[in-house]
Amino acid sequence: MLTLLFDGIAYGMLLFVLAVGLAVTLGLMNFINLAHGAFAMAGGYITVLLMNRLGVPFLATLPLAFLGTALIGALLEPLLYRRLYGKPHLDQVLFSIGIVFMAVTGVDFIIGSTQQNITLPAWLQGRFDISWIGIGKYRLFIIVVCAALAIGLQWMLANTRFGSQLRASVDDPRVAGGLGLNVNRIFLLTFAVGSGLAGLGGALGAEILGLDPSFPLKFMIYFLIVVSVGGTTTLTGPLLAALLLGIADVAGKYYVPKLGAFIVYTLMIVILLLRPQGLFARAGGGK
Amino acid sequence: MTNSKRFLLKAALGSVIAGHAVLGLAQTGPIKIGLILPMTGQSASTGRQIDAAVKLWMAQNGNKIAGRTVEVILKDDGAVPDATKRIAQELIVNDKVAVIAGFGITPTALATAPLATQSKTPLVVMAAATSSITEASPYIVRTSFTLPQATVAIADWAAKNKIKKAVTLVADYGPGFDAEKFFDSQFRLDGGQILDKLRTPLKAPDFAPVLQRVIDTKPDALFVFLPSGQGAAFMKQFAERGLDKSGVKLIATGDVTDDDQLADMGDVALGVVNSHHYSAAHPSATNKKFVEAFQAANKGMRPNFMAVGGYDGMRVIYKALETTKGAGGEALLNAMKGQIFESPRGPVLIDGQTRDIVQDIYIRKVERVPAMGNGLYNVEFDVIKAVKDPGKAK
Amino acid sequence: MKAVAQALRAHARWRWWEFALLAVLLLSWLLLPGQSLLLNEIAILALFAVSLDLILGYAGIVSLGHAAFFGIGSYAAALFAKLVMPDPWVGMVVAIAVAAVLGALCSVLILRGSDLTRLMVTLGVASILYELANKLDWLTGGADGLQGVVMGPLRTPFGAFEFDLGGRTAYAYTLLVLIICVLVARRLVHSPFGTSLQALRDNRLRAASIGLSVNARLVVVYTVAAAIAGAAGGLLAQTTGFASLDVFDFHRSAEVMLVLVIGGTGYLYGGIFGAIVFKLLHDLISAWTPQYWNFWLGLFLVILVLVGREKLTRPWTWWKKS
Repeated sequence: MLTLLFDGIAYGMLLFVLAVGLAVTLGLMNFINLAHGAFAMAGGYITVLLMNRLGVPFLATLPLAFLGTALIGALLEPLLYRRLYGKPHLDQVLFSIGIVFMAVTGVDFIIGSTQQNITLPAWLQGRFDISWIGIGKYRLFIIVVCAALAIGLQWMLANTRFGSQLRASVDDPRVAGGLGLNVNRIFLLTFAVGSGLAGLGGALGAEILGLDPSFPLKFMIYFLIVVSVGGTTTLTGPLLAALLLGIADVAGKYYVPKLGAFIVYTLMIVILLLRPQGLFARAGGGK
Repeated sequence: MTNSKRFLLKAALGSVIAGHAVLGLAQTGPIKIGLILPMTGQSASTGRQIDAAVKLWMAQNGNKIAGRTVEVILKDDGAVPDATKRIAQELIVNDKVAVIAGFGITPTALATAPLATQSKTPLVVMAAATSSITEASPYIVRTSFTLPQATVAIADWAAKNKIKKAVTLVADYGPGFDAEKFFDSQFRLDGGQILDKLRTPLKAPDFAPVLQRVIDTKPDALFVFLPSGQGAAFMKQFAERGLDKSGVKLIATGDVTDDDQLADMGDVALGVVNSHHYSAAHPSATNKKFVEAFQAANKGMRPNFMAVGGYDGMRVIYKALETTKGAGGEALLNAMKGQIFESPRGPVLIDGQTRDIVQDIYIRKVERVPAMGNGLYNVEFDVIKAVKDPGKAK
Repeated sequence: MKAVAQALRAHARWRWWEFALLAVLLLSWLLLPGQSLLLNEIAILALFAVSLDLILGYAGIVSLGHAAFFGIGSYAAALFAKLVMPDPWVGMVVAIAVAAVLGALCSVLILRGSDLTRLMVTLGVASILYELANKLDWLTGGADGLQGVVMGPLRTPFGAFEFDLGGRTAYAYTLLVLIICVLVARRLVHSPFGTSLQALRDNRLRAASIGLSVNARLVVVYTVAAAIAGAAGGLLAQTTGFASLDVFDFHRSAEVMLVLVIGGTGYLYGGIFGAIVFKLLHDLISAWTPQYWNFWLGLFLVILVLVGREKLTRPWTWWKKS
């Protein structure tokens, strides 16, 4: 079913945008940030609040969600995260779980625990029916935006100076620092952008994935799957992993609904067993 | 341990247990009610609504019965059954409560049932909705509803309203299976045909695949049961796929159009026909008073069916305590059975045999009500009176 | 050589505070009969945390799915009591055996890959088990949980004791299992095997290069840890009389990790101290603010990690500059 394929791709692209920040953080700073979902949630809530309380149009809220979350990331990185880069992974896991708990209960306290709903502008509602494929307008919008982001990110990585500095720092931070690169600044920017992207993903996903204070807990495992299967050394790795996950999830639930959730987990375990560094990781430079 | 010691131990245990049954006679201190609710976690909104309702009842009816003060001890179980059981045990043994109430989800009630039996403490279920709960212990009384009551009603209505072919879609857990089963049996009994039975996972649902199946099957109606909270997302995706314009009628149980969230769901919810036992828009004087008082005390929060379950639960407990003059145990249980009264939802009876609730089930449609601030409400247009729980009626 | 052997043996000798802890545990049963239910919960959590210490503190494996073994032990014990025979002792042996088998099978999955891979794989296994328990509801009761588990009396040389409403028998039983398992674990970590585990945790490459068989050791310790976690799960099912899907849930795995970290990893008793502190804090803070306990817990974790975990169990380092 091509419509299903289309839906799976939309879902996958959304997951990619949500998870790409996590992949880069892990690859760059070797930091397992389980609180990544909290940034996504923040972006989602920024959009919801701007739209519902202040009447800001949907499109305008998207860059604001990105910026707002990036700002939060830029604040937290030097304050908190930077102190933990060298620490063992257990500490990072605990720290980020702590942040998630605080974020989840904080949002619950300030806004309440009910599902948040937004009303999309009319031009994004409904669908086109082209012969046998139904293309949801909003899902098309998501695919376009996320694809643009993916291409933009890849271009930035490959063609800008910042991109090559980033790649150098990912490959070997010590040598990069030794060559005079301001690794701290690179980390800060990367973390901010990664969080901003998560926030944008949360804003885009509010309509499809729903938004409530437990969002980080519900979707954390999906982001982690994308990152662990896709590897952290390339951009295309997580992209393909996210698409794979999106399509497998949607197709699995359609064709074999009895197995539903199993498929994703089993697939992940099998892939990780065969290729522990991720499906698309480059050999060497192992962590 | 020697024989005499063992005997003493058994005697001590026996008297502790038996003591609860005769507790009322010796007590002059406060009457304690144990209220176990999920105040945290996924079901936190249930806890919030019931807690507010209980407080409202006590504010309106005072806290003295038979000259003694009534004390409600609220504990959070996070909807984790073994926590519920431990908390209930402590409330019974240490705090010596006369009755335990609350129970946000079915497993928490089922886990605590043996305790109620063993200690002869009445257990009032204010939220959980699986039929088998009242059969788990002779001390359980329910004031919420059972899912089969609502499901059978909508299945019957559908069959009598030009819907011949239906597809069911339920969440992949216990109550979902129940809803599917009862809709199926009632609908086919009335001559309808079930084309497909679909399930969606409980966590992180994406409705795309199942909705695709619905499009492929082309039924007259789609019956949906989802836990409260997923309704809005579902309806949006339903509309997004053009299903609302394709002639497939969306019918559901009232959990999908829960009053707690209905106001924010937007126009996608309009026109959904559903069945439930309570609507905040129920046009009775009792309900108007209830809703006004509830909103006044809770910053405009709208009461939902969970709140009314808590409110009526307190009514049942209070009236029973007045009858037994504060005594607990079997006398208290008997005073709960057979209570018949006017609740904000409509007339209600606690069945003497099954100890379950017998109530009217309404068929409603979601509409904007100009008289109530143009908000979205479940407006009742049909009623099936005095529905007993079909899960037991055999 | 003799000096090394002597040093290792000295390390393995019983310390005064281990005796003190044992005494406190036994006294708690005698002196706090009204709290037996809460203490029982603490003891079960403590046992679960000790099992995690074996793989986290001693072998360095970060697992977010340890609840898989806790849960399987729970369901195994509950199903055994319901379908075969209600004797608690036999049920406990069954729970341990089933969990050990699952542990051995899963140990293959954690041998390769990075910390993240292991995290994901363990998480995946626990999630799959959760879904299985949900799907096979004709066996497990699904989301409603497995009801109707009535335990038989606990047969001891001193007579048969029914599980009472006040929880005293349950707590005594749990304490017994806890003490036995801790003794077994203690014997394991103070043996040459245990020392090699720590070498493995500190630097796997180097351990392998001096000839230690890394994979075999990991398999063994993972299996033992799984077995003990299964015992804890079995205790939960037997003392509460039912099993629910919740035993496989992520929050159980996360909670046990927090408990262990609070108590301190790597010296075996961290699980016990952590469980006591965690549960008491929970009870205290929940009574005051039931809805927002998680917030304070989160804040606590963040601060704990920022100032350094070791500081919690070594109060004398608080004012020293690190």
